[in-house]
Amino acid sequence: MGLNLHVNGESLHVETLWEGESLLYVLRERLALPGSKNACEQGECGSCSVYLDGVLVCACLVLARQAEGSEVVTVEGIADGNDLHPIQTAFVESGAVQCGFCTPGLIVAAHDLLERVPSPTDAEIREALAGNVCRCTGYEKILDAVRLAATRLSQ
Amino acid sequence: MTTAPVKAPPLELGRVGDRLVRPDGVAKVTGQFEYSSDLHAAGMLWGATLRSPHARARIRGIDTAAAVALAGVFAVLTHADVPGRKTYGMERPDQPVLAFDEVRYQGEPVAIVAADHPETARLAATLIEVDYEPLEPVVDVDWALDQASDHVHPGGNMLRQIRIRRGDPNVTAAVVVAGDYEVGMQDQAFLGPESGLAIPDGTGGVDLHVATQWLHVDHGQVIASLALPASAVRMHLSGVGGAFGGREDLSVQIHACMLALTTARPVKMVYSREESFFGHVHRHPVRMHVEHGAERDGTLVFVRAHFRFDGGAYTSSSPAVVANAASFAAGPYRMPNAHVDADMLFTNNPPCGAMRGFGAVQVAFAHEAQMDRLAAALKIDPVDLRIQNALSRGDELIIGQRVEGPAPVAEMLERLRAMPLPESVPTDPPEAYSMPGGIANVTRGEGVRRGIGYAVAMKNIAFSEGFDDYSTARVRLSVRAGSPRVEVHTAAAECGQGLLMVQEQIARTELGVDDVDVLPADTAVGSSGSTSASRQTWMTGSAVKVACEAVRDVLLGRAADELGVSVDDLRLDAGRVVATSGTSVALVDLLDVPIEATREYRHRATGRMDPETGQGNIHVAFAFAAHRVVAEVDVELGLVRVVEVATVQDVGRAINPLALEGQIQGGIAQGLGLALMEEIQVVDGLVRNASFTDYLLPTIADMPPVRMEILELAQPDGPYGANGVGEPPAIASTAAIVAALRDATGMRLTRIPVRPEHMVAGS
Repeated sequence: MGLNLHVNGESLHVETLWEGESLLYVLRERLALPGSKNACEQGECGSCSVYLDGVLVCACLVLARQAEGSEVVTVEGIADGNDLHPIQTAFVESGAVQCGFCTPGLIVAAHDLLERVPSPTDAEIREALAGNVCRCTGYEKILDAVRLAATRLSQ
Repeated sequence: MTTAPVKAPPLELGRVGDRLVRPDGVAKVTGQFEYSSDLHAAGMLWGATLRSPHARARIRGIDTAAAVALAGVFAVLTHADVPGRKTYGMERPDQPVLAFDEVRYQGEPVAIVAADHPETARLAATLIEVDYEPLEPVVDVDWALDQASDHVHPGGNMLRQIRIRRGDPNVTAAVVVAGDYEVGMQDQAFLGPESGLAIPDGTGGVDLHVATQWLHVDHGQVIASLALPASAVRMHLSGVGGAFGGREDLSVQIHACMLALTTARPVKMVYSREESFFGHVHRHPVRMHVEHGAERDGTLVFVRAHFRFDGGAYTSSSPAVVANAASFAAGPYRMPNAHVDADMLFTNNPPCGAMRGFGAVQVAFAHEAQMDRLAAALKIDPVDLRIQNALSRGDELIIGQRVEGPAPVAEMLERLRAMPLPESVPTDPPEAYSMPGGIANVTRGEGVRRGIGYAVAMKNIAFSEGFDDYSTARVRLSVRAGSPRVEVHTAAAECGQGLLMVQEQIARTELGVDDVDVLPADTAVGSSGSTSASRQTWMTGSAVKVACEAVRDVLLGRAADELGVSVDDLRLDAGRVVATSGTSVALVDLLDVPIEATREYRHRATGRMDPETGQGNIHVAFAFAAHRVVAEVDVELGLVRVVEVATVQDVGRAINPLALEGQIQGGIAQGLGLALMEEIQVVDGLVRNASFTDYLLPTIADMPPVRMEILELAQPDGPYGANGVGEPPAIASTAAIVAALRDATGMRLTRIPVRPEHMVAGS
């Protein structure tokens, strides 16, 4: 039995899948969208953060079947065509990216934060991103990036 | 230089010293960057690994029949199928590719499977029947040290023993302090799991795309175990999701190639997070007994230490770790007398090896705690005591090696002390996020005590003890679309730290050409050595520099002929070669034939340690960093909030300040993790917390602001005066955090990570 998803504005169909596959696995291995990352696959690190019907989720914790008919937005869907989203630009410019494995999840989570709270305090940024583990940066430049993006988006 | 606020990236293309964004940044923020776990090939199979559930057991037999019979399974391989050398290892090949006779740690690979779905591969692995005879594991370093016959390996449990004997062994001191310290097992916890894709070439060879720190040392081990000529295995660096030492040893490399060659299909292997905890070595746990003696005026007289490191079941890089640790037993201080016994032991615990700081981290925790104890005993300010005894250029370490580069230890501490302290947290109204316990909202400030701690430490840069350490770079200058273009080709692994940009910056600076491509790293060019030991900016940076200089020599020779002037009268300027007379020629007009040069760079030779006294010029150079931590502890609950980490680090020359700051902040975060939360808990040889649920990493809610000051005192041999920068932030930061906790609580806190129950009075 197949699976129908709307991913980044596109209707996609998966012909066959093993029933135990997660949304993360289907995105990465069946839909050629490996941007969402497989760092812990147990909902602890946030590297696979995506929107599922507008709600920020860890794609590793969603059974692909649960997403039947849903709208999914991944990191690949955050940019506007070839134009980076201001959050993405801010991450690059602020040095918030090192190895980058956490970055896709952080981009989506930061996007979700700034959609809800356009001018967050540092405490609000920390709370919103506390579910996204980064092993390289020590987070300071991630804070810089979110502050910069918030400033630019509110202008 | 202090931390500047974020600005837009400079419009001009970057030279050495410019603040620059990463060339792979856009690919990484859009999800387009290809990590090793993202790889795909048509007809690809998935590999899985069966691992030992026992810390120690004899293998009486392996029955693969049920696994082979499962639909979708294409290969099930054991040690019998390893075509060449049955063992691997960087220094000593003592680790089985697949276990035979005996398993020596929990998680040791026993068999591998290839199947058409990862779940099928995992299921098949569980169907392999291994007949184990469990044996009593050796799990304690003291037990391991005492055993006359119960040996993890036939040669005995001593993996390596370092003895340092300096000065008068019977010297006495007016004031002596002694302490016992313990460090738990930290994990690198890089986010990108071990993974790779092996693609057979149809003629008996294979291309392996993998995340690693050192392609060539992997390559040597892979061809030995596959029994293939070097040319039959091509290795390509795939996107690396962090490393921190944990990718120096092999993981999927040989296994993926064996499965691909057996099935004649591409095979991808990706470890789960749980498997990753078993799939790489960790930072060594250690027990340390340390005694310091000093005159009444604070002058250090002696250090006596006994370190017992747990190397786990196999050698890995343990021999080098224990030598490093011993050589820094006294820290960055003048120490006329030393008696250090450093034992590295085999046990049946998880194998340990390289992690950022490489032996210096553990001993810094001890020597800095000892300096604070000594200061208390002498009634001297702890920073004053450190400054009084601070190592400086020209002084000798306890191994007798003179520090020839900058050693601004006293200056760093003075600067650190002069930096402003963070404000007290307003408690009316209380800001929950600024309190220990955070938004759990467990205190309104009562029971919260603030403490301040200082620590300073040193680290050797690049490989020591006579190792032939070099890096290779190929640089090619040609014309593309009417403009000069430089290609830089090395095998150096970009693991996230920023080496790609460093290579670009150096090529631009040396050749005056804006269009620089750093080609993908692979084994088609000579070795660049490991991305470890804070060595790549120095080593591969220097290799790129000397290769560019060779290209420039040819270029200027051509220009001299063209312009009829001496080479000495020429300089590069904005895509032209300009003579002092003012005449010039465009680069593109000199490049009908491209110019290419390949160069190897070697740092100066190092010596070996005297086996009896530990004396020797074993290290290349040294880097220093000092940290001051302000922390608050809720002494009723043992909860901690680190308020601020301040640091001063000498970097020689900041090649790219933006990336440098990221190294410092990120290293401090790993130091914070070791101080407060990160430990692989091993009981009877079995890992209890192989997950990110139970192995805690610092989050953005845990990490305080970092206040930094960067010194740029040129290293004599480093490129542009640059020194290694990656490891020093992760060394004294841990010690400084614990010092702040001691200051806040009055507790001795001799073990890291410090747990809440260690800080609650009366517990």
